[in-house]
Amino acid sequence: MNIKENIKTLVIKKPLKLDCGKTINNFPLAYETYGSLNKNKDNAILVFHALTGDQFVTGINPVTKKDGWWSYAVGPNKSIDTNKYFVICANVIGGCMGSFGPSHKNPDTNKIFGTDFPVITINDMVNAQVNLLDHFEIKKLFSVVGGSMGGMQVLQFISNYPDKASTVVPIACTSSHSAQNIAFNELGRQAIASDHNWSNGKYLSNNTLPDKGLSVARMAAHITYLSKKGLQEKFGRKLQERDALKFGFDADFQIESYLRYQGSVFVDRFDANSYLYITRAMDYFDLVKQFDGNLSNAFKKTKAKFFVISFTSDWLYPTQENKDIVIALNAIGADVGFVEIKSDKGHDSFLLDVPDFLKTLKNFLDKSYIER
Amino acid sequence: MKTEYKIIVDLIEEKTRVLDVGCDDGTLMESLKKNKNVDARGIEISKDKVQTCVSKGLTVIEGNAELDLKQFPNDSFDYVVLGQTLQAFVNPEIVIKELLRVGKKAIITIPNFGHWKVRLNLLIKGTMPITESLPNDWYNTPNIHMCTIKDFVKFSKIINFKIFKSLALTNKNISNINNSNLFYKNLFAELGIFLIEK
Repeated sequence: MNIKENIKTLVIKKPLKLDCGKTINNFPLAYETYGSLNKNKDNAILVFHALTGDQFVTGINPVTKKDGWWSYAVGPNKSIDTNKYFVICANVIGGCMGSFGPSHKNPDTNKIFGTDFPVITINDMVNAQVNLLDHFEIKKLFSVVGGSMGGMQVLQFISNYPDKASTVVPIACTSSHSAQNIAFNELGRQAIASDHNWSNGKYLSNNTLPDKGLSVARMAAHITYLSKKGLQEKFGRKLQERDALKFGFDADFQIESYLRYQGSVFVDRFDANSYLYITRAMDYFDLVKQFDGNLSNAFKKTKAKFFVISFTSDWLYPTQENKDIVIALNAIGADVGFVEIKSDKGHDSFLLDVPDFLKTLKNFLDKSYIER
Repeated sequence: MKTEYKIIVDLIEEKTRVLDVGCDDGTLMESLKKNKNVDARGIEISKDKVQTCVSKGLTVIEGNAELDLKQFPNDSFDYVVLGQTLQAFVNPEIVIKELLRVGKKAIITIPNFGHWKVRLNLLIKGTMPITESLPNDWYNTPNIHMCTIKDFVKFSKIINFKIFKSLALTNKNISNINNSNLFYKNLFAELGIFLIEK
């Protein structure tokens, strides 16, 4: 895929010391913006994307030619209203939509990094993205918003930069990646690693792609983004373009065909090594441990207004894990609101057309913007 | 606004921190913010009502008072308000103790089961009373621990909290409750409003 054109990139000259101990500098951070920055530069919202997202939040993604990943929530008159707010979103480092990642060349060896790319963390991701504030001369963001891994970045961001956002909206996320979630991520990574074409991560130099492995990883992950009820209602035991079972291993059921399709389209837009790096960053995320077992201390220095949102059918980042964030904030008297939105759409609810969620997010932002 | 809310707003000092437990659609919180400049927080069990509160710019968490007061440290609020819901809890004693742990003071309002209409209703019909403020049948009412104003005063001695101020609401008229008029207030007041302390 030719992604070079259409991608805005900020080259970050300032050295960034990564959690793994290595330091990177002069690295590209790809980003996109929507709406316009006002005169006071106080209407900016930094949106953080999830595992397989990118900087193309809304409108047509110029690379995939499909709708941006958060088109339901971001745009003119939408929850994150681009008529009102200046929305910035960057591709995370380790990603594959233009930001510094494993498919880039190592400037020291002039070879593609592959798995020689340093292991990055959620902390590294936000420390890279904070440079965008200097770039746009924004002293304080109006809001930081994100779901899933985006929510983890939201929490890390406000912990690292307590004065750099007025409102904080972590959605369907956690302060500490659970064993179950690490397990699912490991399943995905092993699927990729067991594809012969992966070649220990050197597939780009070998001109092969571990498509099979990456697509299995995506299929497994995709199940975790939905709910049992949602799957049952959408697919049930419906058959795929046939009247009876074929007594073979083709996709008899619609759900099989659907998952295969999801796997196959994913490999066209995502890099297998990036998948390894980003899932690793999620697994390493443990804000509780960063603050010696007391999550409240992560938020002690900020006066920001928090709003935490979870979904009833999300079993990947269940309400209780979101509520732990609320509890930690209440323990220090922080300004925090919380709602669990009713939805059958599982973890993916935050990306989909869930009117109660979209309305609540809009209400929170718009009211807070007036009262800021 | 309901007279009950006006009384509560009057009881609360300016620029204090207030937690409204069971904040409903946030009407009281709004009035407290506007009239007393308080830092108001709410807990509400209904998702719809939480969403209404958010649309009013109020800080509310979805939750249940019996489970979610735990997360607040001691004395984190100047006042904790509990409006007409004490009777719905499985264990009102624990709830009152939690209110007084989280708040320096608590304001509790109770629909008075000692009101003459309630008494008459039971006496004449011989069935569980149904009135304007208690519209449910016995089998579908959320109110499992109804009490009278007199019961509440007695309760304060049993579980040991101080009643700082007690007010009776009768036909939108407010009056003080004291030892000498307790019998009459318990017969004629629709609602009891109590400011209590540990």
